[in-house]
Amino acid sequence: MSTVLELKGITKRFPGVLANDHIDLSLEKGEVLGLLGENGAGKSTLMNILYGLYAPDEGEIHVRGAEVRITRPSDAIALGIGMVHQHFMLVPVLTVTDNVMLGMEPAHFLGFLDRSVAARRIQEVSNRYGLGVDPSAVIEDLPVGIQQRVEIIKLLYRNADILILDEPTAVLTPQEVEGLFKVIRSMVSQGKSVIFISHKLKEVLEISDRIVVLRSGRVAGTTTSAASDERDLAAMMVGREVILSVPKEARAPEAVILQVEDLAVRDDHGAMAVKGISFQVRGGEIVGVAGVQGNGQTELVEALTGLRPIDGGRLEIAGRDVTRATPRKVTEVGTAHIPEDRQHVGLVLDYPITHNLVLNSYYLPPVARDWVIQEEVINERAERLVAEYDIRTPNTFTPVGNLSGGNQQKVIVARELSRPVKLTIASQPTRGLDVGSIEYIHGQLVRKRDEGAAVFVVSAELDEVMSLADRIIVMYEGRIMGVVAAEHTTKEDLGLMMAGVAPSSKGTHISALQSAG
Amino acid sequence: MTDSQTPERSRRRARTLGIAFLLFALGILILFMPSTEPGQQTRFSFVETRAEALQIGDLIFPTRIGLSLLAVLTAFTGAWQLVRGFGRANTVLGIVVGLFILAFLTWAARDQSMNLTGLIKSSLLRAVPITLAALSGVMCERSGVINIGIEGMMLTGAFASAVAASVASSVWMGLVGAMLAGGLMASLLAVLAIRYKVDQIVAGTAINILATGLTGYLNSRFLQRTPELNRPPTFSAFPIPGLSRIPIIGPAVFNHSFAVYLTMALIVIIQVMLFYTRWGLRTRAVGEHPRAADTLGVNVFLTRYINVMLGGMVAGLGGAYLVLSSVARFDELMTAGKGFIGLAAMIFGKWNPIGALGSSLIFGFADSLQTRLAILSIPIPSQFLLMAPYLATVIVLAGVVGRSRPPAADGVPYEKE
Repeated sequence: MSTVLELKGITKRFPGVLANDHIDLSLEKGEVLGLLGENGAGKSTLMNILYGLYAPDEGEIHVRGAEVRITRPSDAIALGIGMVHQHFMLVPVLTVTDNVMLGMEPAHFLGFLDRSVAARRIQEVSNRYGLGVDPSAVIEDLPVGIQQRVEIIKLLYRNADILILDEPTAVLTPQEVEGLFKVIRSMVSQGKSVIFISHKLKEVLEISDRIVVLRSGRVAGTTTSAASDERDLAAMMVGREVILSVPKEARAPEAVILQVEDLAVRDDHGAMAVKGISFQVRGGEIVGVAGVQGNGQTELVEALTGLRPIDGGRLEIAGRDVTRATPRKVTEVGTAHIPEDRQHVGLVLDYPITHNLVLNSYYLPPVARDWVIQEEVINERAERLVAEYDIRTPNTFTPVGNLSGGNQQKVIVARELSRPVKLTIASQPTRGLDVGSIEYIHGQLVRKRDEGAAVFVVSAELDEVMSLADRIIVMYEGRIMGVVAAEHTTKEDLGLMMAGVAPSSKGTHISALQSAG
Repeated sequence: MTDSQTPERSRRRARTLGIAFLLFALGILILFMPSTEPGQQTRFSFVETRAEALQIGDLIFPTRIGLSLLAVLTAFTGAWQLVRGFGRANTVLGIVVGLFILAFLTWAARDQSMNLTGLIKSSLLRAVPITLAALSGVMCERSGVINIGIEGMMLTGAFASAVAASVASSVWMGLVGAMLAGGLMASLLAVLAIRYKVDQIVAGTAINILATGLTGYLNSRFLQRTPELNRPPTFSAFPIPGLSRIPIIGPAVFNHSFAVYLTMALIVIIQVMLFYTRWGLRTRAVGEHPRAADTLGVNVFLTRYINVMLGGMVAGLGGAYLVLSSVARFDELMTAGKGFIGLAAMIFGKWNPIGALGSSLIFGFADSLQTRLAILSIPIPSQFLLMAPYLATVIVLAGVVGRSRPPAADGVPYEKE
């Protein structure tokens, strides 16, 4: 094997943060290198340096033995380095061909595009690596998994042989992940090298040959997939032992708290997003919703919390009809809401922690007395909650926009769960959080369940739904594909349902369905 | 896109359209029929005095019969839409509106004469500056920069063309001067919007105010004291051999000045460039998803600078047209909102050059109809007629023809990471 890429002593400082601290890393021809680390560990910074989006303060980059300077993405492309970004860099209204050839367009004189040459080359690349992409398709009509392949084609079209994949599985179903792994293996077998960035331990273990773990901007360890397991990697990532599963005891569900009947909701474009679904959530149980993003989960949660008008059906929370209720009314009947978009929906980023903590109670005594806000009451409450919920902050008057993602989420959890609630609705509660914060948030949700509240969790992370929930609802294109008991199901079965395949008629699913109904 | 994806929605829309068509038919009967006497006749003429086209006689028919025919035709279209449905609803909507307008003209010209060839010709002439303004908007917004300063760029272009054409006594130098002036104003917008990331609405408004003040000052300070500076030559008509002899259409469309042909050519050129060349693909990518373009080595800032400057030049041409086609002098505030109507035409035309031409023609038609009707002394207050082009703007913007989608990064400054 020969070394195709070597990073030596890469250091990058941002104001107040040492994002990369003398990182050394090497990549061999034909291998998959897993780059593992929590959010903020410095993975993205490192890769952005490699791709020419940031300039390093110190350190050297060697490509195929020669030292290089990469100051722009086009430098990286010229060196055969390509990156699939976490957020796809595709123009939705253009075709696959247009997207792929952009920046390197074959053209006749006067710059007239030669689309057929590009399309032929795309077809060639697609066939060679088994990607199955139609060059004439328009991006916005393609499923996410295929869009990702278009991103990979973009790199191969430019003859990249060092491919950086940044969190490539975050938006995929388990089946799509398998497909991606096949593509990666096919590329590696044909001499490409891949850097696979992720914080998902299982996937890194499955696909990588070697694994480099980053923690707080430094290399915390280098290992191989063969020589390590999830527990080792998690400990390396976090710097201490981590409990990977959610500890919770069995508990018998109580009375129905959330009752949903034939709920129909439209999305922003007026299309039906939730197509007449019914389910119940009882006190003392956690019901999880699994599904690929964009199958109606967002609209469902917004309808439940009064943020989106509903098109048909009936909603009841703790025996009260809340079908046409306002968000305040929903809150007042005892609902806590941890929204999907914590920065835009959950918090006012420019407000201090103190005020964010009373956004749902500022109009009630003791915070408000005769139209006047009682600042001392707010400050005392903030002091208490910051201590109780372990919010790491310089002081209680810090604007929440300055906090880390994990601490922002803790502010929301503190505000929502520090009062008596009958129903907790949490949407993507741990998205983008580090392992420590995830553990904490999960613990809080389980605590609410154990106190007898109904808990409703929507998450794109299948592992999270499976470990947290007692029952799992699988949504596909606005309908419920199946309801299963968490302990009786497998990832594969859930994955099939998430892809729209009805659960098989034999075995545990039916019984689970019946016991759930 | 999204609208057509929901069958229920499009069904509802089809039904609404069918009912609307029937209402149009009813409108013809209720609005125009009662005030028409049985013996009245409508005369449409197709004369263009200076043209050497083959002449055809006037079309004379009884007003009542003409109106009934049009009402029946419209009602039939509505019924067909309700029962069977047309594939291309928007085209049919256009036809029905056309029928209604024809009915209106039939009624307005009862016992009088209406020159249809002249109407088409003046619609086209009035559409030209609006089209150029819309084209300017297309150039800028396709690359992601909102240009609300088109009005100001046109005004400076008009001023510069008057002076340049007067000094050089050449209309061509007038065009060059206008493009330079428009480009200069646009470079100001470009620097503010791209380099300093100023809010683009504010920057565009600032340019409009600056242009008003600057041209007003220069006009009173220099042009009014030295009138020779404001006496430009004008374009003369150049009938296209052969084509201009076609009856009706010939004199209306193919007997214009070079400036009109230039505008038509620009539309085709920009349309082709936008969708079939490297520059066009990069422009659209930058306007939709600048970061994606950046990661592939496309220079986002340079693309935007170039497009905004080119857009400014096109706007300048629009100003020059106002001066050099007929008025032959610069007047303060002579653009009179055409830049803004051009923006509406751009949106209505879904950010496509051809679409921009189509919608500009509608505005041009509304404008020229208004002047014709004023002459015909019909019982509608002239103030209402003056409102017609703007009313058309409002109705169009309210989305009669369905939602149009702007470039996704339109108006969003690009920040490198």
